[in-house]
Amino acid sequence: MQPVTPRVMPRRGLMLTALVLAAVAASVWRLDLIAAFAEGQDSLGELLGFLQRFAAPDTSPAFLAKVGQGAIETLAISLIGTLLAVIGGVALALPASGRLGRLGQLASRFILNLLRSVPELVWATLTVLAAGLGPFAGTLALALHTTGVLGRLYAEALENAPPAPEAALRGAGSGAAAAFLYGTLPAVAPQWVAYGLYRWEMNIRMAAILGFVGAGGLGAQLYYALSLFHEAQAATLIVAMLVLSLAVDALSGWLRRRLVVA
Amino acid sequence: MSVSQHDPAARGRATALVVAVCVLWPLLQVAQFEPAVLFDAGNLATLGGFLGTFLPPATDANFLGYLASATLDTLAIATIGIALAMLIAVPLALLSTRSLSIGRLDGRLRPVSEVIRVIARGLTLVLRGVPELVWALVFVRIFGLGPAAGVAALAITYGGMLAKVYSEILESSDLSPTRALLAAGSGRLAALGYGLLPVASDELVSYTVYRWECAVRASVVMGFVGAGGLGQLMDQSMKMLNGGEACSILITFLLLVMAADALSAWLRRQVR
Repeated sequence: MQPVTPRVMPRRGLMLTALVLAAVAASVWRLDLIAAFAEGQDSLGELLGFLQRFAAPDTSPAFLAKVGQGAIETLAISLIGTLLAVIGGVALALPASGRLGRLGQLASRFILNLLRSVPELVWATLTVLAAGLGPFAGTLALALHTTGVLGRLYAEALENAPPAPEAALRGAGSGAAAAFLYGTLPAVAPQWVAYGLYRWEMNIRMAAILGFVGAGGLGAQLYYALSLFHEAQAATLIVAMLVLSLAVDALSGWLRRRLVVA
Repeated sequence: MSVSQHDPAARGRATALVVAVCVLWPLLQVAQFEPAVLFDAGNLATLGGFLGTFLPPATDANFLGYLASATLDTLAIATIGIALAMLIAVPLALLSTRSLSIGRLDGRLRPVSEVIRVIARGLTLVLRGVPELVWALVFVRIFGLGPAAGVAALAITYGGMLAKVYSEILESSDLSPTRALLAAGSGRLAALGYGLLPVASDELVSYTVYRWECAVRASVVMGFVGAGGLGQLMDQSMKMLNGGEACSILITFLLLVMAADALSAWLRRQVR
């Protein structure tokens, strides 16, 4: 019998690896990174001092009260933004799954793609113009992007739902709305809720950030603190963001177990 | 037999509804939810004026030069960011994965290895717990405005994310070859190279490429806080309410994301 020589690395794999390495090298050259980081090294002492000031978070009661307020605002932005997106997502998912004819499907898919491909932060720069500085702009920005994401996922869930229950109800003479509500909705609802909660977990992090462009919440305070070189306050705010997102993770996990698996 | 017309779940649903309204109402106040603001004449005029200048998109040669250069920067930031993130993630993942634990095999847990594992997991959590945009904001203070801050921020956050997912992949793939090697007395590195990597490498590469695609998107967003690339250009145009430029940048961004999607899908097909 001929012994089989194992090929350690196929030629195509070798070529792809070389391609990737070349891309990395070209990128380093393009950004002149070595010089940039060397410059950063010159200010290594400065960097250490900067990080040192981070190590002692500001815990004065007055500031903590302000942080608490920012945290509630961020929570409100994320929750309302996600809820609006769930409503918008359902409204667009129904036509996008092809229930209202071909034209409606194409139009709603186009809208969903547009909403989804523009990042929250870019939406926020526009909603700040439309609604003025403040939490409402952040809420709208989150709602717009998340509608695009949820609408697509919701439409996919609708398309994958078993058609038999709804068809049976229709066949037995029930109206279109009732057939959908009792035939298809129960099949997709757990998935819809799970996607909504999952996006809420992502949006609490996003909501904390949107403040950078003037949309309120913890982000606005962090931007302000870092601009004024108040590292101690910035450290408190970053910890607050972490705690808030972990708390939302826990809450959403609890809700998911209650609502989805039940 | 009489059938009750009552929905047995009605009471629970009604309670949930009341609780939801009680929670939501104050939150709506906090979020300053006032849709009427949107139809305020002054705001409408500002937004309308800005959106009106979106057409036609800016196409003068000078601006297109800037645009091309910023696009290349964005791609380069994402590429190096992911490369550095891998350098951070690989050791962390190897330290924190349970698949290479010899203690699990013979039942005698070695305290030192367990402590190292917990520390590595904690570090991973901290790295990815803070969003990349916050890291970028911090690094802009250190490295100054420019791509270096974006690269550092991506490397740290994505390093944490990759480390977590790598160790999860290593733990969820078929462990029997690795266990056999470890039980036969091979070292951890040999068990990794000959037992674990051959079964897990496809998924590892595929996830890394997917993350590169996410990094392209993230590096655009990070530009908004001054970390270079397309985002920084877009931030400048938006602040000056230059709609034509903003429109061109937005179109470029969408095309770039689509191209990154396609390239990443192609690369993932190649490794399958």
